[in-house]
Amino acid sequence: MSLLLKGAEAAAARETPARRRRPVDRLPYLLLLPALAIIGVLLLWPLGQVVAMSFYRLNSVRQLRGDREWPWVGLGNYADILSDPFFLTVLRNTVLFAAANVLLTMVLGTLVGLLLNRLGRKMATFVASCVMLAWATPALTGTIVWKWIFDDTSGLVTWLFNALPDGLSNALFGRSDWTGYGWFNSPLLFFAILTLVVVWHSFPFIAVSVLAGLKSVPSELHEAARVDGAGPWRAFWKITFPLLRPVFGILIVLSTIWDFKVFTQQFVLAGGTQDRPTFMLSIYSYAEAFSPPPKYGLGAAIAVILTLILLVVTGFYVRMVLRQEDES
Amino acid sequence: MKKIALNGAGLLVALFAAFPVYWMISTSLKPSREIFSSTPQPVPTHPTLAHYREILTGNLIPGVSFADFFLNSALVAVATVVLSGLVALLAATAVARFRFKLRTSFLIMLLVVQMIPLEALVIPLFLMIQRLGLYNTLPSLILTYLGFSLPFAVWMLRGFVAAVPKELEEAAAIDGASRAQIFRRILFPLVAPGLVATSIFSFITAWNELIFALTFINDQNRYTLPVAMTFFFGRDDTNWGPVMAASTLFTLPVIIFFLLVQRRMVSGLVAGAVKG
Repeated sequence: MSLLLKGAEAAAARETPARRRRPVDRLPYLLLLPALAIIGVLLLWPLGQVVAMSFYRLNSVRQLRGDREWPWVGLGNYADILSDPFFLTVLRNTVLFAAANVLLTMVLGTLVGLLLNRLGRKMATFVASCVMLAWATPALTGTIVWKWIFDDTSGLVTWLFNALPDGLSNALFGRSDWTGYGWFNSPLLFFAILTLVVVWHSFPFIAVSVLAGLKSVPSELHEAARVDGAGPWRAFWKITFPLLRPVFGILIVLSTIWDFKVFTQQFVLAGGTQDRPTFMLSIYSYAEAFSPPPKYGLGAAIAVILTLILLVVTGFYVRMVLRQEDES
Repeated sequence: MKKIALNGAGLLVALFAAFPVYWMISTSLKPSREIFSSTPQPVPTHPTLAHYREILTGNLIPGVSFADFFLNSALVAVATVVLSGLVALLAATAVARFRFKLRTSFLIMLLVVQMIPLEALVIPLFLMIQRLGLYNTLPSLILTYLGFSLPFAVWMLRGFVAAVPKELEEAAAIDGASRAQIFRRILFPLVAPGLVATSIFSFITAWNELIFALTFINDQNRYTLPVAMTFFFGRDDTNWGPVMAASTLFTLPVIIFFLLVQRRMVSGLVAGAVKG
């Protein structure tokens, strides 16, 4: 500690700290080397590799180990996928699911962020702590709990529907006994529950980010708006939203990227990779590659398609971040 | 009136967010007949640790105990944390302390690689792991998670390193300290809290990961906890008591760690968007 203090005094004593000039300093490159090597080998190289693999017909592990030939099929895998009507189902599932989830997550997250900003201190702390719990829960166990809540015999939701008056339940849904009802059997219901799980996991991040943004908006602006007679709806769109536009932009892009590649929640909710009608791109790629018989080349081609879609979204994200770094 | 409405909405949000966590813990403490009764009990009326005892003393999957899986997971996560922290600290120092030609390119690359859909890398990494002869070993996972956690760790640590006043290092240099000494005695102690925060994120990444662990490990003895849990819980008649007990034990460390560092998460992810 005394060394630090002495150092600080010495620095204060000189107006301009003497800096030795070096022609080219190699130290920063040395420091970066391990990180570059790891990112290169474990992220960038595989990214190239997945593209390469998508041009081959790879149907056995022995080919991967290098014991057997890799037959080149060019764009054959892509042709197979794109000509399969099932791909359209998968693409539709993916896009609709991502769109619905981004929209719901953003709306709920923003509302909760605005709410947290208005609540008294104690209440805000309490609500924020609860919201953090949802965020912190691992995707795996969060999904397992939701599956228990929707269990067909003793689940809470089954009990809730059973508790409805029989007449009302019959009139609305055409059944009064919900015990044994398969909540995950119809694709639409499956996606609704998956949406619930994913939104539950992801709205906290939006809420906390929006709250952080709101804290940086000068409160005078809102007071001025109130004095001028603007309602909360108008005040949001005229003041809050324009000021937080960069935050919203980044949040939407991040959510889009995350919701396009949801895997764990779907895998756990569907109990594996057998439920083909509810496939989305990431699980489709995985199932083609790893469920027997393995089709690594085909799976790689699907992964490339997913990556290309996300690349476009990422382009937006990077442009947005860079623009903000310039501004600040 | 308005205040009541706001507080009411707040309570609803809190309920929606926290209820599944509450329900997980609450179920894990109920005796089986209470869990499977046709009317659910909001709170455990006869709290019991029986499910925890079953999990901790018996076998989660025939032949392998919860403790074994827990150890596998902990081993992988800790190794990832140590390696990723070390490498990230070096890179963060380079980026925060030096102006050099490729600095901006490196920063952009960090942003971009964080957007790579990791799900798309399962197949090529599986190939790499097969080629390296690491299939069915825990190091295959350590290596994979190291790659996944590093970009965010560098991105986050960069801020901590930049926050250490440069003058301290310059003064030490004037006093004749070597660069290694400056790193060890000045920068490292001051960045340590940031390193802890960053490590927690790497830990959570490694601890929670399912897909790669599911794909790279074949031997039941080497399963990590998430993989073991999917098998344990995927059986036909799910016994929810022990499943919820195992889920609670898996989740609690994450929640505790997470609450310690969550504020940095926001600033790391929305880098630059929110001005402090």
